[in-house]
Amino acid sequence: MPLILTPINHERKCSMKHKPSAGAVGSDLIRKPIRRMSPIFMGPMVIAFIIGFVWPFAHGLYLSFCKFRTTSDATFIGFGNYLKALQDPTFLHAFWYTALFAVVSLLLINILAFAVAYALTQKLKGTNLFRTVFFMPNLIGGIVLGYIWSMIFDGILSKFGTSILLESQYGFWGLIILMCWQQVGYMMIIYIAGLQAVPGDMLEAANIDGASRWQTLWRVTIPNIMPSITICMFLSLTNGFKLFDQNLALTAGQPFVFQPDGSVVKKTEMLALNIYNTFYGQNTSARGVAQAKAVLFFILVATMGIVQLRSTRRKEVQQ
Amino acid sequence: MKKKRSIGRSTLTFLLIIICIIYVMPIVMVVFNSFKENSSVKTETFMPPTAETFVGWDNFVTGITLGGSFWESVFFSVFITVVSVALILLCTSMAAWYISRVDSKLCRIIYYLFVFSMVVPFQMVMFTLTKTAHTLSLDTPWTIPIIYLGFGAGLASFMFVGFVKSIPLEIEEAAVIDGCGPLRTYFMIVAPMLKPTMISVGILELMWVWNDYLLPYLVLDRTEYMTIPIHIQYLKGSYGTVDLGATMALILLSIIPVIIFYLLCQKHIIKGVAAGAVKG
Repeated sequence: MPLILTPINHERKCSMKHKPSAGAVGSDLIRKPIRRMSPIFMGPMVIAFIIGFVWPFAHGLYLSFCKFRTTSDATFIGFGNYLKALQDPTFLHAFWYTALFAVVSLLLINILAFAVAYALTQKLKGTNLFRTVFFMPNLIGGIVLGYIWSMIFDGILSKFGTSILLESQYGFWGLIILMCWQQVGYMMIIYIAGLQAVPGDMLEAANIDGASRWQTLWRVTIPNIMPSITICMFLSLTNGFKLFDQNLALTAGQPFVFQPDGSVVKKTEMLALNIYNTFYGQNTSARGVAQAKAVLFFILVATMGIVQLRSTRRKEVQQ
Repeated sequence: MKKKRSIGRSTLTFLLIIICIIYVMPIVMVVFNSFKENSSVKTETFMPPTAETFVGWDNFVTGITLGGSFWESVFFSVFITVVSVALILLCTSMAAWYISRVDSKLCRIIYYLFVFSMVVPFQMVMFTLTKTAHTLSLDTPWTIPIIYLGFGAGLASFMFVGFVKSIPLEIEEAAVIDGCGPLRTYFMIVAPMLKPTMISVGILELMWVWNDYLLPYLVLDRTEYMTIPIHIQYLKGSYGTVDLGATMALILLSIIPVIIFYLLCQKHIIKGVAAGAVKG
């Protein structure tokens, strides 16, 4: 448990701009010689960070206000891209589709993961084997997972003369099943760590006071593992919103519905895939819009994390 | 009372066994279908290969040459993953030590930027990062680890800084008094103490880089270099009629090393995941 909690507590300290904890203040004895070596210690990291993050981020932010096909022919146009992005029916469809997906997968993954973790902390035989099996799908990449499951779903659906690509309902639930298969094991590990940290004397006290199993679960266990629940909800929600590989490999947005105005609504296309398709689709003049969508997507994912952390944190047991 | 409990427990075990079997089924299906002829993959997906549909190693033989050499993709995947993870571990841990010991205003700004980069989705920087990589000719497997170092810096340095802060300063002070320079202090004193965190960070970054599809797909020159996920996507995406049997054979080839690695280092992997759960 401390493994999970330390970084979060630490982040909280930073965001409140408190002065750093005692351990962080290096003595001058150490600080001075290290400083002289700063090109060695910080140089490679900072250069790579600027190439790999700072510059692309700043440039991307700027380009979202520009009309461009390549990065060199950008002309500043203000908020036009954002207006276009928000009026784009495919983007709005992708947003609601992703939101629905994220909420459903959040609920299912967390309920299943908690149930499995609870079962695996009852000191049953073979617990280690079960844990090993449940976690395994996590190591397989999203593209490969998508193709494994598309084979399975098509194997079932072809018996009924249909395919996962033909009906958006199948695509939706197919992706939910795939994500549960992949993520339940991951969340289970976090829940197990939380469950093992519940103080034994509290459970014993509840037992002596005559609490039923159900009461103990709701009144003792769950309040004690609120930090784990917070983390898992946060993780599964953002994972749902950021999903790309699995979406691409399983349905790639199919089935497509052609609108009377010539645009195409891809029924199972999620936000990340929609942004990707706008960037690298046929219409290269839409790249400014794509970048604006990407900025909106970034704001959404970042604020969601912060809001959710704040709202669930209040329910945590003070220790 | 006791009997009732033991019945409950055996039902629970029984239930878990069933879930377990369902859980490994998809993998079993991959194994079945990689030995079946292409046309029967779709019609009899859930049947084990029979005398008529069994084709031996044919799927593997056609698979490894389909759409470019598969071994080449394996090599690039291994190379990129190993070099990127090594680079990330070395550079971020050094930077993290510097940040927490020097603790100047600039250091804190850099640290906040690292933390900030953790919540930024890849789509935000996708286009400009690709352009930057092409401009600086970082678009080969030999140079792409630099991109991974830059984009993956957030989580790694966040975890390292968190751990370095818990190391007592006195140990390093003693080393300095005994005449150790910063480099020697780092490699002889600090790095060995960071080992548990290094393993956790290493596992997380390994899982990310090995399975990553979009970043190498956009950055690398696809006509020359492919990684395993790109190769598999290419097989499915660009052919009119997909050879499902061969695709399953390649999928099997690509997940066998992962499963072996997982079974060998399970303890570390599960610990690393629990430690890195803060990642957004």
